[in-house]
Amino acid sequence: MFSDHRLVAFETIVIKEVRRFTRIWLQTLFPPVITISLYFVIFGNLVGGRIGEMGGYRYMEFIVPGLIMMAVIQNSYSNVVSSFFSQKFQRSVEELLVAPIPNYVILSGYIAGGMARGLCVGLIVTLMSLFFADLGIHSPLITVSVVLLTSLVFSLGGFINAVFANNFDDISIIPTFVLTPLIYLGGVFYSIELLPPFWRVVSQLNPIFYMVNTFRYGILGTSDIDVAWAFTMLLLFIILLYGCCIWLLRKGTGVRS
Amino acid sequence: MTVAISVSNLQKSYASGTIALKGISLEVEQGDFFALLGPNGAGKSTFIGIVSTLVTRSGGKVRVFGRDVDTHVYQTKIDLGVVPQEINFSQFEKVGDVVRTQAGYYGLPRKLAAERSEKYLRQLGLWEKRNDRSRSLSGGMKRRMMIARALVHEPRLLILDEPTAGVDIELRRSMWDFLLEINRAGTTIILTTHYLEEAEQLCRNIAIIDEGRIIENTSMKKLLLELDSHAFILDSDATLEDEVDIDEPGLSLRKIDSHSIEAVLSGGRDINSAIAALDRLGVRIISMRNKANRLEQLFLSRLRGNGGEGN
Repeated sequence: MFSDHRLVAFETIVIKEVRRFTRIWLQTLFPPVITISLYFVIFGNLVGGRIGEMGGYRYMEFIVPGLIMMAVIQNSYSNVVSSFFSQKFQRSVEELLVAPIPNYVILSGYIAGGMARGLCVGLIVTLMSLFFADLGIHSPLITVSVVLLTSLVFSLGGFINAVFANNFDDISIIPTFVLTPLIYLGGVFYSIELLPPFWRVVSQLNPIFYMVNTFRYGILGTSDIDVAWAFTMLLLFIILLYGCCIWLLRKGTGVRS
Repeated sequence: MTVAISVSNLQKSYASGTIALKGISLEVEQGDFFALLGPNGAGKSTFIGIVSTLVTRSGGKVRVFGRDVDTHVYQTKIDLGVVPQEINFSQFEKVGDVVRTQAGYYGLPRKLAAERSEKYLRQLGLWEKRNDRSRSLSGGMKRRMMIARALVHEPRLLILDEPTAGVDIELRRSMWDFLLEINRAGTTIILTTHYLEEAEQLCRNIAIIDEGRIIENTSMKKLLLELDSHAFILDSDATLEDEVDIDEPGLSLRKIDSHSIEAVLSGGRDINSAIAALDRLGVRIISMRNKANRLEQLFLSRLRGNGGEGN
């Protein structure tokens, strides 16, 4: 894919990104673990004990895949948005722009960094979940591929947010007012079978709903949706967002005068 | 002689409507130490931004070592090192990491990147600081780190945008020595500075830019030869009781305070004639200095001639 110097540049960006989020692990790796553990304890154990079964599984087992996916989505997105915006803010993005690095290598480096953090937090949360639920994996291929593609989609989304962000408020608006509601309404905590017909249709317009359900299918073997359609949608999102990122970089939006 | 950089009819209009460059054409020869001077807002940083691809131009052509920057992106960027005016590195990274990372962006393998980082951090006196966070460096150290970062891929052309701004005089002179050394080793240097003494000391050729246009482009020697008068301040060893007022062809002396006299020499008269005239009046001179830097006088006269700021 890359010639030698491009591969070195790609590695350099990835190493820098991984160094960044591991250096500030108290802000990046630790908080999601605490938050998700609280979800396990409160919703899974305390509330879930009274709910009983959901979709044919214990409530704790039902929510674990959604919570893992929530961690992956939020961390992939926030790593790229905060890192790239921080580089814009400090103007250190100029280091990249003056160097002979093609736009696709710059983008790939940041996306790989975002995926690394998303997957890292996802792995930690998965290990945490083993204290609360007995998890088997119904389809390793589907589980791994959906988590990789989802973290890729949200890393690309974070990059677009960072390109347009002009201040620190701009990098928290989308995660707070768009991403979090979509995740919560994306079937993490409930099956859409419980919803009235109108809200069932509305839920099906939420892309995160498909990602969570596909991941849940990979682990539990049960899903509210067609898995093939979910993968098609993920690929379409990746193509669309990737094209958009490359176009923005080529135009120099947010980074060149 | 190879041309290191050639720009023709370079134009830049910002979305705000500001026209920063109005068709600049300029050539800098390989191996030159070139000064680009101008008042604030003249267009110097925009020029550098365009050459380094951080600013998109509205018109014109840029060639680096004969290659068009649009069609030979990789090679022209490899040939170029830029030290910008503003601090533009991650404040949270370690000094060594900032320089090594930049080497990586230029495709230098890790071992070579480490060797080059050490070489330039040592040369710029920052090796002991390599494990410190870059935000902890002093202003002068940050500037030197940015020079090390710009040199780590060993570019043939180095552009420095006010590299000594806010740097104390001792450090400034050591940076001059360093820059002269790398220039002698073959690196072409373009320097913008507000310290005109710096340009006079270092540079062989000069362009003055004002309101987006080149208003002077010549050699430093030729420019300084154009100066037909020199003003000095002479200090006497004793209080000057009487007025000193001599006005001869090529020599004008005037008391400016109880211990100082202004001497203006022109038409080839030298400073000895002023000292001799004062000696005849019984005034003994113990020290003297230029009233203003020579280049500064020329610079201001050019700007006045262009209708720009100069007072």
